Amino acid sequence: MSEIVPPEVRPKPAVPAKPQGSSGGGSTLLGYVGIDTIIEQMRKKTMKTGFDFNVMVVGQSGLGKSTLVNTLFKSQVSRRSSGWSRDEKIPRTVEIKSVSHVIEEGGVKMKLTVIDTPGFGDQINNENCWEPISKYINEQYEKFLKEEVNIARKKRIPDTRVHCCLYFISPTGHSLRQLDIEFMKHLGRAVNIIPVIAKADTLTPEEKTEFKQRVRKELEVCGAEFYPQKEFDEDMEDKSDNDKIRETMPFAVVGSDKEYQVNGKRVLGRKTAWGIVEVENPNHCEFSLLRDFLIRSHLQDLKEVTHNIHYETYRAKRLNDNGGLHPISSSSDTQESNL
Amino acid sequence: MRIEEEQKEGWDEEKEAERMHCEKLEKESMQLGKALAVIWSEIHCLHDDIDSIMDLIRNQRNLEGYVGFANLPNQVYRKSVKRGFEFTLMVVGESGLGKSTLINSLFLTDLYSKDYPGPSQRIKKTVQVEQSKVLIKEGGVQLTLTIVDTPGFGDAVDNSNCWQPVINYIDSKCEDFLNAESRVNRRQMPDNRVHCCLYFIAPSGHGLKPLDIEFMKRLHDKVNVIPLIAKADTLTPEECQLFKKQIMKEIQEHKIKIYEFPDTEEDEDSKLIRKIKERMPLAVVGSNVVVEVNGRKVRGRQYPWGVAEVENGEHCDFTVLRNMLIRTHMQDLKDVTNNVHYENYRSKKLAAVTCNGVDASKSKGQLTKSPLAQMEEERREHVMKMKKMETEMEQVFEMKVKEKKQKLKDSEAELERRHEQMKRNLEAQYKELEEKRRQFEEEKANWEMQQRILEQQKLDASKTMEKNKKKGKIF
Repeated sequence: MSEIVPPEVRPKPAVPAKPQGSSGGGSTLLGYVGIDTIIEQMRKKTMKTGFDFNVMVVGQSGLGKSTLVNTLFKSQVSRRSSGWSRDEKIPRTVEIKSVSHVIEEGGVKMKLTVIDTPGFGDQINNENCWEPISKYINEQYEKFLKEEVNIARKKRIPDTRVHCCLYFISPTGHSLRQLDIEFMKHLGRAVNIIPVIAKADTLTPEEKTEFKQRVRKELEVCGAEFYPQKEFDEDMEDKSDNDKIRETMPFAVVGSDKEYQVNGKRVLGRKTAWGIVEVENPNHCEFSLLRDFLIRSHLQDLKEVTHNIHYETYRAKRLNDNGGLHPISSSSDTQESNL
Repeated sequence: MRIEEEQKEGWDEEKEAERMHCEKLEKESMQLGKALAVIWSEIHCLHDDIDSIMDLIRNQRNLEGYVGFANLPNQVYRKSVKRGFEFTLMVVGESGLGKSTLINSLFLTDLYSKDYPGPSQRIKKTVQVEQSKVLIKEGGVQLTLTIVDTPGFGDAVDNSNCWQPVINYIDSKCEDFLNAESRVNRRQMPDNRVHCCLYFIAPSGHGLKPLDIEFMKRLHDKVNVIPLIAKADTLTPEECQLFKKQIMKEIQEHKIKIYEFPDTEEDEDSKLIRKIKERMPLAVVGSNVVVEVNGRKVRGRQYPWGVAEVENGEHCDFTVLRNMLIRTHMQDLKDVTNNVHYENYRSKKLAAVTCNGVDASKSKGQLTKSPLAQMEEERREHVMKMKKMETEMEQVFEMKVKEKKQKLKDSEAELERRHEQMKRNLEAQYKELEEKRRQFEEEKANWEMQQRILEQQKLDASKTMEKNKKKGKIF
């Protein structure tokens, strides 16, 4: 569900109340009114209604996508591909498979949908393998648009739009592959892309920093924007936060759902003959950074950018293109514009 | 007397006894003599044997010039050492799989260094095939090592036929060798054929990609393919085992013939080979950076959680690969390339040449002929064909000539006819004209007659007039 959040108020922690000095001309309060309890009210409401979050994982097979998603949400939300029997051949075209789970933490319910894209980049000829993905994303926007445009709208429009797309980069250590650049160019305008370097335990720390720099430069050169996009920073605070994050992106992650004993603690990790890679150790990999970024600080922002910016772009294009609203889907007949 | 007699008897007896004793002794001595003789003869025999053996031995160990073919391996060895060895190794795989690093680690040189960056540092849009030669010396043995790299392989979005440049390269090297072999002057025959192709598989942990399968299927009968799992420090030991099993299963499913280690009879070698076979495909890690582990200096990769050692058999199979490739099986790789892959190429190529001038139906029985006979036949066939063409052309020529003649005749007849017709016309006209002239003449004659008559009449009239006048006047 897209929350009907008035754009000015964002549930940020410690927003100082500025009764004076705002250029809008607020009047001084003579006593305590209790306007700031609105935050609490909103919180209660959202806890009751719960969240929807749709994340899409894109990357070649064998990069650890399913493992990472399982590790992120600390539950078996994604089909473990290494448990595939090899009879399931690599699909000839890119398929879109989505799996939904409801997970709960601290009274807050989240309906998490993981959209997997098996077959991406696995063929010999990968021309336009991003097209099924692009089509899927647009279909979700279309569904939402149709619901929005209806005369009798539902109270809560089910939100299946893709809020975030985790793009997995293969850790070659050299540069981005042609396929990666093409994908990000084509889909950067339609959805929030967060690039991550998969299987980062292949890279030594020096190789890691070099690779990241090169990837960032290449993305800049080809004009592909990844989330958090610079143009959507609202104020200085946002900008400085996001700048810091942008410096460390793409995150080099390692995923695992096995636990081992290290120094008396049980940690998630990968055990090799020369040591144990700890997933949540910031010296070993940046998984905890990604998790904090994705879930703990920017989850709501991702949804808002999707709703306010990407969806609006799509909507404007659709309405301008046809001069009215004709549903694209071939299954239904053309309806009269409901506007 | 009695006593003397007794004594004499006694003496006689004693003499008898003595004589018998003597006889016995004699007999014994004779026997002994015989035995001795036998023994002596045996000893003589033995002496002979010993002599002959000694001769043999002396002949073998004759210091002046023993047969000495036991020394042949040394000769081969010395000649090869002087000549030096050649080995061409091809590395194929997507970029970023550590091919250059592995080559550097294998041969402990910096083939690709900061001053001469390898193909990995340059991004290619199409598949190129590059070769670099390096001369390595070790213990007096010289090795000309050629590394063939394929930057750009599998990097594009559309990778169909990215194996084609590789196949072309291998074929061109085989062709060079074939030409060199078929030349008249064969003094220098450099062997640039690709002896071994290391194919790098990305460590996805799932299985082979369609690109891997396609490539190996197309190259397994042209070159020795050895699949390697690259960047094996990504995989935990269990994942590695599963991955290897999966890969071998797929290789067998698709009937890909990777390089097989030849079985040997010696026990220790066969054990080693069995161990190698179990570990195929080899999972390797490459590095030339020396780090310190527990006081030892080893080559490896330093991670925050530990050091992955390159030469540790438990960490990866690098040592297995190096030993196999360089220390034990280098010659075998060259032999298999020469005997199997090159011969395949050669027979295919020569059969194709002979098939070109001959009908496909006939060619099947002719594959066993020698190339010279083939060329003779070809020449004969060619001549026959030319003759046939000649006769055909003559026929056509004749036919055309006949046609033309016919045409000419027809037109001649036509002309004649017209000529006749015109003549007839002319005659008719002439006759008409004659007719008219006659008529005209007749009319003229008539008219003249009439004129004369008129004249006559006139004369008469004038005469009469005159007469009349005369008469008249008289009146």
